Amino acid sequence: VTDVAWIGAALTAARPQAVAALLRYFRDLDVAEEAFQEACLRALKSWPLNGPPRDPAAWLIFVGRNSALDELRRRNKHDTLPDDDVIADGEDTESAMVEHLDSSDYQDDVLRLLFICCQPDLPATQQIAVALRIVSGLSVQEIASAFLVSEAAMAQRITRAKRAMTESAVAFETPGPVERAERLDTVAAMIYLLFNEGYSASGGDAHVRIPLCEEAIRLGRLLLRLFPSETEIMGLTALMLLQHARASARLDANGNIVLLDDQDRRLWDRALIGEGLVLVEKAQRLGVPGTYQMQAAIAAVHARAARPQDTDWSQIDQIYAVLEVLQPSPVVTLNRAVAVSKLRGPAALAEPLAGYFHYFGVKGALLKELGRADEARQAFNKAVSLARTAAEAAHIRMNLDALNK
Amino acid sequence: MFYCILCYNLESEIQAWTREKEATVMAKREAVTHVLATEGRLGPVGRLMPTTTAMTVRASREPLVLDGPFAETKEQLLGFYLVDCKSLEHALEVARGLVGDTGALEVRPLATFYPGIGLQ
Repeated sequence: VTDVAWIGAALTAARPQAVAALLRYFRDLDVAEEAFQEACLRALKSWPLNGPPRDPAAWLIFVGRNSALDELRRRNKHDTLPDDDVIADGEDTESAMVEHLDSSDYQDDVLRLLFICCQPDLPATQQIAVALRIVSGLSVQEIASAFLVSEAAMAQRITRAKRAMTESAVAFETPGPVERAERLDTVAAMIYLLFNEGYSASGGDAHVRIPLCEEAIRLGRLLLRLFPSETEIMGLTALMLLQHARASARLDANGNIVLLDDQDRRLWDRALIGEGLVLVEKAQRLGVPGTYQMQAAIAAVHARAARPQDTDWSQIDQIYAVLEVLQPSPVVTLNRAVAVSKLRGPAALAEPLAGYFHYFGVKGALLKELGRADEARQAFNKAVSLARTAAEAAHIRMNLDALNK
Repeated sequence: MFYCILCYNLESEIQAWTREKEATVMAKREAVTHVLATEGRLGPVGRLMPTTTAMTVRASREPLVLDGPFAETKEQLLGFYLVDCKSLEHALEVARGLVGDTGALEVRPLATFYPGIGLQ
């Protein structure tokens, strides 16, 4: 019996590099995807007989490229176009390809592939959907169910997104340091959005959609392997690992959110936490502060506390102070206020932030703690009206019920 | 004679394994290690964290600390240490002390660890 599970994993793992290299080669997303599909079909025939190739990505690139070139030659002959140019062109780039594979350095290819999914005129959810389709290789059906829409609707979205990508001009030259940094920023933001889409679905009952989180972590690790010194990619990956480590403790049996303080910390995934903590430390020793790193550092403080009362709130307050400088926002100020209230008692309350669900949730909880039930009820009611998911609303209603007892 | 068996594979592929696949692989390996353990012939077993958590200390006038795993193919794996450290910084300090005039040491945390029996 041939175990084909490893072939599936090998194709999934090789996909980003292979599609990215084929895209650079053909400069056409459709051709690159078709070439990859064809290579996968041939792999399914060849690998069970011959065993796994040493470098599956390289194998898929060569086979995909050759099959697509054959197809181009065939079409050109059919159209009675002179095929000399195509062949000459092909040979030219072939040597470049061999050189490229020798250096086994796919970093700019993969970055470019992720970057073109981040079309600024596309809504964020479409950027994510198209990245899941092209880079991760999830089926339209899988993506549709993760986004809780019909398969037809998702297929349409992806087609539209792809059209926008095809029409945009992407530089295929090796990017300079500034451009590379910009691309990394954009791509990191998209990966974190993907993670959050899984972590706190905006609209929908499935509050933790684990496959999306796992895919985001896989992309984070992939980018980090390609860019091992990028502190913000370390920070982003650490942040996702540390948050995802709490997945099994975040919802109770009824699907209600369990707050950090009330979570059963024995359910936290120690392996993910260990990896996240090392990455935070690795990033911090380089002394280049960034927003993902800081958020990961906060998650790390929580992860290190065996019990809620062991949390080092003064450290969290300090990290938020840095974050307030790096990326001032009401959310950061609010979170810092929570840290301060933990340090100095609930009387130290934040400035009001109208229209923000979490603000009213936290305000309600602080007021409840102060015994100001009427004001707490007001805040909770406001939070319910601003909730984006059923789970968020249910969580606040539980607080309201507790107040009314 | 003690033998060290070192595991090599494509990391990206392992990370794409399904839970079932992971369980199958581990079950197969545990069947082997279980026998060794009952025979008193199993020393420490560990699974390393992903290479993204690794750092490298390379010999230089002053030991050079590099982000990322050991990446050269010209040098050969010659030995290993297992140390208990409070932090990555501490582990790097140990490696700085160990590194010679040439060569490199990769510092990588363990994801899982089984101490084995005390081999004599």
